[in-house]
Amino acid sequence: MAIVSRFAFFLLWISVLSSTTHSELVISRIDRRVDLSSHIVRALFSLKVENVGSKVVSEVLLAFPNMQAKNLAAIKTLYNEGRGKVKASSVSLPTTVVEPEGMPPELTFYSVSLPKGLEKGGTVSLDILAIFTHSLQPFPEEITQADGQLVVYQDSAYYLSPYTVKVQTLGIRLPGGRVESYTKFPNAKLVDSEITYGPFENFPAFSYSPVIVHFENNYPFAVAHELVREIEISHWGNVQITEHYNLVHGGAKTKGGFSRLDYQARASVRGASSFNHLIFRLPPRAHSIYYRDEIGNISTSHFWGDSRKTQLEIEPRFPIFGGWKTSFTIGYGLPLQDFLFKVDGKRMLNITFGSPMDEVIVDNLIVKVVLPEGSNGISASVPFPTKQGEEIKYSHLDIVGRPVLVLEKSNVVPEHNLYFQVYYHFNNLSLLGEPVMLISGFFLLFVACIVYMHTDMSISKSSASYLAKIQLEEVQATVQQIQNIINQCLAVHDKLDASLRDLSRTGDVQSCKIARKTADAQLKELVKELKPLATFLHHSPQASHIWPKVEELVAKEKDMQDKMFLRHSTVVDCFEKKLGGREIENRIASQQQKLAAVRQEVDDLLEFLDEI
Amino acid sequence: MGAKAENGPKPPPPVSSPPPLKALVKLKTKQQELLIRAAALALIYVLAFAIRLFSVLRYESMIHEFDPYFNYRTTLFLTRNGFYEFWNWFDSESWYPLGRIIGGTLYPGLMVTAALIYRALRFLTFAVHIREVCVLTAPFFASNTTLVAYFFGKEIWDAGAGLVAAALIAICPGYISRSVAGSYDNEGVAIFALLFTFYLFVKAVNTGSLSWSLASAFGYFYMVSAWGGYVFIINLIPLYVLVLLVTGRYSMRLYVAYNCMYVLGMMLAMQIRFVGFQHVQSGEHMAAMGVFFLMQVFYFLYWVKGMLNDTKLFQSFLQITLTCAIGVGTLALGIGMASGYISPWTGRFYSLLDPTYAKDHIPIIASVSEHQPTAWSSFMFDFHILLILFPAGLYFCFKRLSDATIFIVMYGLTSMYFASVMVRLILVAAPAVCLISAIAISATIKNLTTLIRKKSKAALTVSSKATSNLKASAKALLDQSLPFQRNGAIAVLVGAFYLLSRYAIHCTWVTSEAYSSPSIVLAARGAHGGRVIFDDYREAYYWLRQNTPPDAKVMSWWDYGYQITAMGNRTVIVDNNTWNNTHIATVGRAMSSYEHEAYEIMQSLDVDYVLVVFGGLTGYSSDDINKFLWMVRIGGGVFPVIKEPDYLVNGEYRVDKGAAPKMLNCLMYKLSYYRFGEVTTEYGKPTGYDRARGVEIGNKDIKLEYLEEAFTTSNWIIRIYKVKPPKNRW
Repeated sequence: MAIVSRFAFFLLWISVLSSTTHSELVISRIDRRVDLSSHIVRALFSLKVENVGSKVVSEVLLAFPNMQAKNLAAIKTLYNEGRGKVKASSVSLPTTVVEPEGMPPELTFYSVSLPKGLEKGGTVSLDILAIFTHSLQPFPEEITQADGQLVVYQDSAYYLSPYTVKVQTLGIRLPGGRVESYTKFPNAKLVDSEITYGPFENFPAFSYSPVIVHFENNYPFAVAHELVREIEISHWGNVQITEHYNLVHGGAKTKGGFSRLDYQARASVRGASSFNHLIFRLPPRAHSIYYRDEIGNISTSHFWGDSRKTQLEIEPRFPIFGGWKTSFTIGYGLPLQDFLFKVDGKRMLNITFGSPMDEVIVDNLIVKVVLPEGSNGISASVPFPTKQGEEIKYSHLDIVGRPVLVLEKSNVVPEHNLYFQVYYHFNNLSLLGEPVMLISGFFLLFVACIVYMHTDMSISKSSASYLAKIQLEEVQATVQQIQNIINQCLAVHDKLDASLRDLSRTGDVQSCKIARKTADAQLKELVKELKPLATFLHHSPQASHIWPKVEELVAKEKDMQDKMFLRHSTVVDCFEKKLGGREIENRIASQQQKLAAVRQEVDDLLEFLDEI
Repeated sequence: MGAKAENGPKPPPPVSSPPPLKALVKLKTKQQELLIRAAALALIYVLAFAIRLFSVLRYESMIHEFDPYFNYRTTLFLTRNGFYEFWNWFDSESWYPLGRIIGGTLYPGLMVTAALIYRALRFLTFAVHIREVCVLTAPFFASNTTLVAYFFGKEIWDAGAGLVAAALIAICPGYISRSVAGSYDNEGVAIFALLFTFYLFVKAVNTGSLSWSLASAFGYFYMVSAWGGYVFIINLIPLYVLVLLVTGRYSMRLYVAYNCMYVLGMMLAMQIRFVGFQHVQSGEHMAAMGVFFLMQVFYFLYWVKGMLNDTKLFQSFLQITLTCAIGVGTLALGIGMASGYISPWTGRFYSLLDPTYAKDHIPIIASVSEHQPTAWSSFMFDFHILLILFPAGLYFCFKRLSDATIFIVMYGLTSMYFASVMVRLILVAAPAVCLISAIAISATIKNLTTLIRKKSKAALTVSSKATSNLKASAKALLDQSLPFQRNGAIAVLVGAFYLLSRYAIHCTWVTSEAYSSPSIVLAARGAHGGRVIFDDYREAYYWLRQNTPPDAKVMSWWDYGYQITAMGNRTVIVDNNTWNNTHIATVGRAMSSYEHEAYEIMQSLDVDYVLVVFGGLTGYSSDDINKFLWMVRIGGGVFPVIKEPDYLVNGEYRVDKGAAPKMLNCLMYKLSYYRFGEVTTEYGKPTGYDRARGVEIGNKDIKLEYLEEAFTTSNWIIRIYKVKPPKNRW
C-alpha cells in the first residue's frame, strides 16, 4: 500500500522535527473516539490542555496530516466552562486554518482561539468534533455483486500534536460486521466491534504510529457529486425547493455482471453493498412532492408526514452498486410563514442549508435562493464560509428576472444542515405586478377584438365588392327593421285580442272601442314607418331576392290587420246587440280560421327572413 | 350582421311595450345564434383538448411510444442549437457506423411547429419546458382541427353540419388514437394540415378566388413539411378535378383553384429536403402533373370553342387535340420511366394499392402491426355509430350534389378504402367519416325538428287564441297531416340523441382505457385490484444512460432504437427509421445466429451492449421472442444463411422442449432466457415457465460465453448484456 509507505516517510520527518519544537502547552489527557459506522468518519477528541510555560496562551493548535485535512469537512470546538463537572454550558469556539512558522508542510494546522488567555498552570478542556469524508478506502477496490464491501481506515495510534501528550486513548467504533484485520498494539483490543488503543503515556510532540483497520462496511456510500438546491420564494405563500442530485455509490466498484435473479432471491447477501432506497427528512408541512429525472417521473417513492416532520423515502430506478451513478430531482413546497420573517423592515428567509437526505456526502453543493422579482438589498449570513454569487432567473411572467443568490460549498456533510439567513427588501405591491400584467394582457386582447369588429379595415373604399358589401349590410339592417315593425304590429294585434277577451269577460264595450282606436293609431304609425323602408328595399339591387318575400310579408300583414279589425267590429257589434256567446262564436268562427291561417303565413315569412 | 343592424337608425320605441326580455330575444335572433354557435365551438375546442389529457392524468406528462421519442429528441436539438444546426445535423448516434443525415431524412414540420410554439410561449414570458410543449402539441392541433372541421362542414353543407362535424371529430377515437397528449408524432399536426388544405381547396373551388387557392398551396406546403401522407392530397385532388372534368363541372373557378394550388404547392414542397424534386420525378406525383396539363388542354379547348362557332369544326378539332394531348402525355411518361428520370412507384405505395404486396416483398413493412389490414372490430372500435351514419351521409351528399359534396364524397370513399388496407390509415379516414356523418346527423335532425316545430307552432298559435270553441278547428288542422308523424319524429329524435350519447360514452371510454397508454410505462391490475406499474423500459434506458460509457454502442431490434437514443443517450446500430434494410438484416442475423457466430458480427459492428425485451416473467406479449420470426425473416431476406424453416418445427413456432435446436441455441433465445430456467414464475408450474407464451422453456441450462449479463430490470422486461472483449491471444 502506497499510502502506508508515505506515512512511514512522514514519521521520519516528524521525528526530526519533534526535537525542534518547544511549547508552553501540554496535553494532559486526550480521548479520541472515531466513529466508522457510516461512510462519514466522525472523530471526537476530548482533550485537556495545560499551560506549563510562562506566557499567557490564547490559542491551541490542532494538527492534521494533509491527507486527512483535505477530507476534513467540518471541525467544531466546544469549550466546557467549569472544571469537568458541570458541562452544561458549552461554548463553540472559532476554529480556523493557520500556517504557523517552522512547522512541517505535510501538516495542516487549525487554531482554536480560547475565550480567555490561559494563565500559567491553568488548564482548559476542549471537545473537538472533526468530520472527514472519503476517508474509508475500499479494499479490494473492485468487488462482485455477491461480495461484502471491505474498507480500510488509517489513523495514528498516537495523537498527532505539536504538544507533548501525557495520557491518551483511541477508540474506533466499527459498524459491526466482519473485521478483516487491524493493527495490533500491545494494549489494543477488539470488544463488541469497538477497537481501543491505549492508554499511552508521555509521548513527545508529533508522535505518529499508523493504525490500519480493515473491516466490512455495507453502509450506503451515497455521495452526491453535485447537488443543486433551488429555493424559490413566492410571496403568495409558498417556498418551492427543487433539488437536483447527481448521486454515485462511492464504495468499491462492482465488477462482473449484475444478476437480477441473485439480487431478487437474496438481496441482503447478493447485493449487500448496494443500496436501493434513500430517506429524506423534510421540514414539516412539506407538500406537492415530486420525484423525477430527465426521462420522467419515478413512481417508487413513499411519503409520511405529521405535524413535526415529513419523511420521504425514494427508490432510484435501479439498485445502486459500487461506482454506479444516477441522477434525479426531487421537489417540494413549504409554507412560507414557517421560513420567512420580517426583521427591522427587512425580510429574512431562515432555512436549512444542506441536503435533507440521510448521511449523504455532497462534494459540491450549490444553493440558489431565488427571490421574487423586484427584491433588492440582498445579503446572506451563513454559519460557515461559502462562495457567494448572484445571477438572474427568468420564470413565468418575469420581465426583469428574479434575483438569485448563489451559495457554493464543497465537501458538505449532514452537520452542515444548519439554518442560514437571507435578508432582502421587497415591496408587497410588486406582488400585484404579474396579475395586473395578465389582466391587462387579456383586456388588450378583448379591446383589440372590439376594435377589429368595429372598424372598417378594407383598403379600397371604392371597389365594387366593398360597395356591394356595404349595400348588403344596409339591406340586412332594413330587413331587420321591417321585421321589428311587423313584430310590433303583431304585438298590437295581440293587444286587440286581449281587449276582445276582456270584453267577453266584462262586457265593457267602451274600453274595447278605445283599445281599438289606439291600436288603429299605432298600426297607422307603424305602417307609415314601414313605407320608406319598403321603398328602399324595393329599389336596392342587393335586395332583389328578398324583396318579393318582404313584399308578401307586408301584404299579408295588411291583410291580417283588415281581418283583425273586421272580427273586432263583428264582436263589438254582437255585444252591442247583446247577442249570446254561442251566436258570436258562430259568427266569427270563419273569420277566426282565416285569421289563424294568415297569422301562420306571417310567422312563416318572418321565420324565413330570419334565416337569411 | 346583427351587430351592424344596431348601427342603423333606431326604430322608435314601441308604443305598446312588449316585455323587454322577449324583445331582446326577438330582436337579435341572429346574434343569439352566433353566440350559441361560438359558445358551442369554444366548448368543443376545449373538449377536444381536455379529452386528450387522459394520458397525462392516468400516467404523466411524457412522450409516448417509439417515433415520438425521435421527434422529441430532434425538437430538443432544434431548440438548443437553432434551425441551421438542425438542418445540417449529421447524427452519429444512430445507425452506427453509418450515421444518419437528420436534416435530409425527416419531415421537419412537427419539430419546427413545436419549437415555434415554445419560442412564442417563452416570448410571452411563460417559462415552460419544451417537453410540455411537445406533449401538448397533438391535443392543441386536434382542437384546431375541430375548428377546421366546423368551417369545412359549413362550406360543404351548412353551419349546423359544421358544428356537428366539429363535435364528432373532437372525440372520434380514430383520431384520438394518434393525438392524445404525449403522442408527439407527425400525424398529430398532419391531420390538421390535411383537413385544412382540403378545406382551403374546396373554398377555392367554390369561390374561384386566387387568395384561397394560394392559402391552400401554403396549407399543402405545411402538410408536406409535416408528414409523408401528403401523397394522399397530391393524388386525391387531381382525382377530384378529373371527376369534375368528366362530369362536366369544369369551370373557371376550378381552373384557377387547381393551377394555382398545384404550381405553387409543388414549388413550395420542393423546399423540403426530404421531398426534393419528387414532385416532378416520382411516379406517385405524376397524376397531379397529368391533370395539370389536362386542365390546360381543357382551357385551350374552351377558348377555341369560343372562337369557332362551327360545332362540326370544333368536334374534329377536339378529336385531334385530345388524341395529340394523350399521345404526347403517354410518350413523355414512357420516356421518363424508361430513362429512369421518373422513378417507379415505391413499395409503400404499392402496398397501399395491393394489400398483399408487402407480405410478399417487403417484410419490414409487413412486420409492423399498424400496417396490417384493418379488422371489422377496429372499425367499429374507432368509428362506432359513424360507421352506420357514413352511408347515410353519402346519401344526403348525393341528394344535394355540388362541387364541395363531390369532394367530400371522394375523400370519404378513397380514405375509407385506405383505412381498410392499413390500420393506421383509419386516422386519415376519420375526418371524412366525421364530416359525412355530421351531414347525415345534421340533415336528419333538422328535418325532424322542422316537422316538430311546425306542428307545435300551429298548436301554439291556435291555443293562444284561448277561446275554447277553437278546439275543433285546431283538431281539424292537426288531422290534416300524416298520423303519428309528430310522435314518430320525436321518437326518431330521441333515438338519435340516444345514439349520439352512446357515441360520446364510447369515445370517452375508449380514450381513457385504450388510447392513453404511453406504452413505455405499462400498467396492470394487481391481485388486490390496485394499479401496478411496470416502468422497466425507463429503468433500463436510464441505467444505460448513467452507467455505460458515453460512447457505448447498443444493439437491439430496431423497434427500440429511437427510445435508446432519446432516453438512454447511447449509440444504436439500427432504429425505427428503417432506411437501410441490410443493416437491419445484419442485426436480425446476429440475433438468430449461434452465439459464436453472432459474436463475430457484433465485433464487426463494435457492439458493446445487447438489449433484448423479454416478457416471459410478466406475461408481456410484445417482446422480442414474439417478434423473433420477423428478425429471422428479415435477416434471411438478405443473408441466405438464415433459413426460416430451421427455427420452426413442422411449420410451427415454439420455444418449449419441442422447439427446433437452432431456435433453442440462437442468440435471441439465449439472451431472453438466460437463467430463466431457475425462476418459478407461477405457482404450481415448473421453473422456467414462460407466462407470455404459456409454456415451459426448452433450454433451461443456458451458458453464455461471449456475453455477460450487465443489467436486468426489476420485472425482467429488459435485459442488457455486455459483450466481453476478445480473449487475449498469445
